[in-house]
Amino acid sequence: MAFIPHTEADVAAMLKAIGARGIEDLFAEIPPTLRVSSLAGVPEELNEMEIGRLMSERAAQDGTPLSFLGAGAYEHHIPAAVWAITTRGEFYSAYTPYQAEASQGTLQMIYEFQTMIARLTGMDVANASMYDGASATAEAALMAVRANRKSKSARILVPTTLHPHYRRVAVAMASNQGLRFEELPYCTVEGVTLPASLAKYDGEDVTALVIQQPNFFGRLEDVDALTDWAHAHGIFVIAVVNPTSLALLKPPGEWGARGADIAVGEGQPLGVPLSSGGPYFGFMTTRMECVRQMPGRIVGRTLDAEGRDGFTLTLQAREQHIRRAKATSNICTNQGLLVTAATIYLSLMGPQGLARTAAASHARSRELIAALTRTPGVRLAFSGPGFHEAVLLLDRPVAPVLKALAARGILGGLDLAPYYPELGPALLVCATETKTAEDIERYRASLSEAMQAVRAA
Amino acid sequence: MPTREKVIFEYSREGRGASDQWPQDVGPAPLADLPAKLRRGRAPALPEVGELEAVRHFTRLSQLNFSIDTHFYPLGSCTMKYNPKACNQYAMLPQFLGRHPLAPESHGQGFLACMYELQEMLKEVTGMHGVALSPMAGAHGEFAGVAMIRAYHRARGDLTRNEIIVPEAAHGTNPATATMCGCAVREIPVNSSGDVDLEALRAAVGPNTAGIMLTNPSTLGVFDRGIEEVARVVHEAGGLLYYDGANLNAILGKVRPGDMGFDCMHMNLHKTFSTPHGGGGPGAGAVGVAARLVPFLPIPIVAREGERYRWLAESDMPQSIGRLSAFMGNAGVLLRAYIYMRLLGRDGMRAVGEYATLNANYLLKRLQAAGFEAAYPDRRASHEFIVTLKRQARELGVTAMDFAKRLLDLGFHAPTTYFPLIVPECLLIEPTETETKDVLDAFVAAMSQIQKEAQQEPERVRSAPHTMPVRRLDDVRAARHLDLTWTPTTQH
Repeated sequence: MAFIPHTEADVAAMLKAIGARGIEDLFAEIPPTLRVSSLAGVPEELNEMEIGRLMSERAAQDGTPLSFLGAGAYEHHIPAAVWAITTRGEFYSAYTPYQAEASQGTLQMIYEFQTMIARLTGMDVANASMYDGASATAEAALMAVRANRKSKSARILVPTTLHPHYRRVAVAMASNQGLRFEELPYCTVEGVTLPASLAKYDGEDVTALVIQQPNFFGRLEDVDALTDWAHAHGIFVIAVVNPTSLALLKPPGEWGARGADIAVGEGQPLGVPLSSGGPYFGFMTTRMECVRQMPGRIVGRTLDAEGRDGFTLTLQAREQHIRRAKATSNICTNQGLLVTAATIYLSLMGPQGLARTAAASHARSRELIAALTRTPGVRLAFSGPGFHEAVLLLDRPVAPVLKALAARGILGGLDLAPYYPELGPALLVCATETKTAEDIERYRASLSEAMQAVRAA
Repeated sequence: MPTREKVIFEYSREGRGASDQWPQDVGPAPLADLPAKLRRGRAPALPEVGELEAVRHFTRLSQLNFSIDTHFYPLGSCTMKYNPKACNQYAMLPQFLGRHPLAPESHGQGFLACMYELQEMLKEVTGMHGVALSPMAGAHGEFAGVAMIRAYHRARGDLTRNEIIVPEAAHGTNPATATMCGCAVREIPVNSSGDVDLEALRAAVGPNTAGIMLTNPSTLGVFDRGIEEVARVVHEAGGLLYYDGANLNAILGKVRPGDMGFDCMHMNLHKTFSTPHGGGGPGAGAVGVAARLVPFLPIPIVAREGERYRWLAESDMPQSIGRLSAFMGNAGVLLRAYIYMRLLGRDGMRAVGEYATLNANYLLKRLQAAGFEAAYPDRRASHEFIVTLKRQARELGVTAMDFAKRLLDLGFHAPTTYFPLIVPECLLIEPTETETKDVLDAFVAAMSQIQKEAQQEPERVRSAPHTMPVRRLDDVRAARHLDLTWTPTTQH
């Protein structure tokens, strides 16, 4: 099955028109020594019924555990309408809207998306998306080096409270261009970056400071103080934000006296399923003065030949297909379909629905933390406010506890040992609006059993 | 087609909303611990619309698009083939959608088995020794590839190799990628029959050569017959060969990049393996490498140990170029590619390359017979080919862009226009293997009709399109008077 519709008569007529005896003739320019003899490593074809059965079996193997994992990917309710429309062939099987007249649907949708994301973050402009939150953070660092003309150093300050995978992606994607990422320690009592820890950079040439809100521990950073410190020293602020939280929390455009310079984040919470990590999408926003330094596609509204409104890709002189080696980034394909889902999601949620989702997630996580910390040997790692996620400290190793929970069908959170060994046995847990009081009680009861099954350290 | 649709914000009414979708209001009490100075003051001005309004709005927007499901879409270099519905349906089984990226391997054996088998199949069809699936688009895969080439040279202490050679007809992502990897770009010409100019290549290579980035068949729609010599010259100079997999559909099951001498490549799974283009993504840009580059592959990678599958991470691969996505890339896209490959099987793979090439050569011959000029008339087409309209532009004042816009009126998505840059007034046409002869014939008829119009009433072609939701758009105005977000007072 290769979805090839040709009849034998078609093939014969086509070969005749070409003047070839057989399809093999069409490959005559390829040196014979290079031809493939067999593809033994690819199995024989399956029909649709067979692949359906295979995939259903594989899916069943993975099951549907009760999950309290967050750490950058969050389980939220996704209205049925979101994917019913997103998977319409007209969105699903179209490509980049290069022919604007035949792509007004995608273009207008992206323009609406840009508007929603700009409003949510309190920033002036948004692009049409990046690959994910981590790569958007890396691109934001590269953009800051171009846009912050006061700085020559390409030094980026990165709190260790930024998602550890984001830090690694930033290094992998940006250090080849000479960027240096310097990690800032966090306060072990509160789990946040202390403005005082920045004093040693006073008077030094630094290009940008990254601030994640809420941070990887779910804790809230003092974004105003950090932003004002950075701006007082000519340093750009790159905000990394959770879009759901922005229904409740101060948007990056209002941080400190002047607001963040670039705000990025992982768009997955906005109607995108967890799906083992992707496809998600990164969003990126900035101030109008910096728009020409932004990577990725941007849609603008303009007029057509009859003076009517229409939408088109704009500022393309930044992009690789025009500027080639001098482009702002090599990005071409982005995450259009996920942006479609997010735009529909935000339309259905609106300001009230998003606020309720954020508030319910926060409420559930507080209930979860209260329930779990009643268990002997479990306590909260950090004091102070957070959002829908928190670090718990255990008095025994986390890995076997999580294993015992998984055996009971519960994914209890993320073991932080590989990332923050200095914390000792630490567990990052999350609850969103999808968790009920019964779910939380089930976790609490199972945790008690699992703790007893694992010997204290 | 419907003509136009209001912006969603114009439907918004204060207090309206799809409230059936919202969680219950928990009231202010649970939020008491959030300090006022970190709270948002004013609610974000998102639309306030009912569910039916939203459904109608986005359904109507979708109807303003051309897509593979609705139109022939011969966009050269993009491989706009049919995206089988089964691939979507079975990748969207609830357990796959609900699986958290950090879920333990005990709750991912089914998914990991698919990923492992996908890696193995991709190795087989490309002739590569190792595959990593995490790059999220072609350009992201290119980045991974060049970063690996750079890391390879550095690991050998070969620190001066900082130059990437690209033919002038290369995709823009190639030179842009070299820059992102901190390399200098050196462009070389192709000769008059479309192959890499070997003399220019010999003159370009040297102790600074990190590698060359090539597409084969090239963006000119022809197979580079000198590829073995290209590989020899670059390898003898100490450089590596990068294969841009954008055109892999042309040779699937017929020739493998590994056998041509390439050391490293990306595959656009959204092209060759038919995952949806989604209005501009998501793609997936898996990378494959020869044995010497395997240690440098980006993480994570799926390994099989006995009957169990597990992720390889930093500790398993200390020389890896690192992590390129927060988790493991576009997993859902990878599942679709896996399903597609299993549906095709080994015979189907071979048929893809064969029928893509048959369709392209047939369409080229028919267009030539109708009076259109091929850019490389002496060459076999690969899966795509270039028609140049320089004569029409010169004699009739009707350009490739005019033809492209008029095609929209006639119900065909336009081919790629003005790329590659080295062929004047060009259309790069890629029909793909999933189109019938009847569709190709209809496309030829449409091109012939436009040619006739260009002679008899050229203004009709120059002012096209006439039947689309909008007429030609003012791109200069779009860039000068930036209107990137909607406001109630937006006025032009």
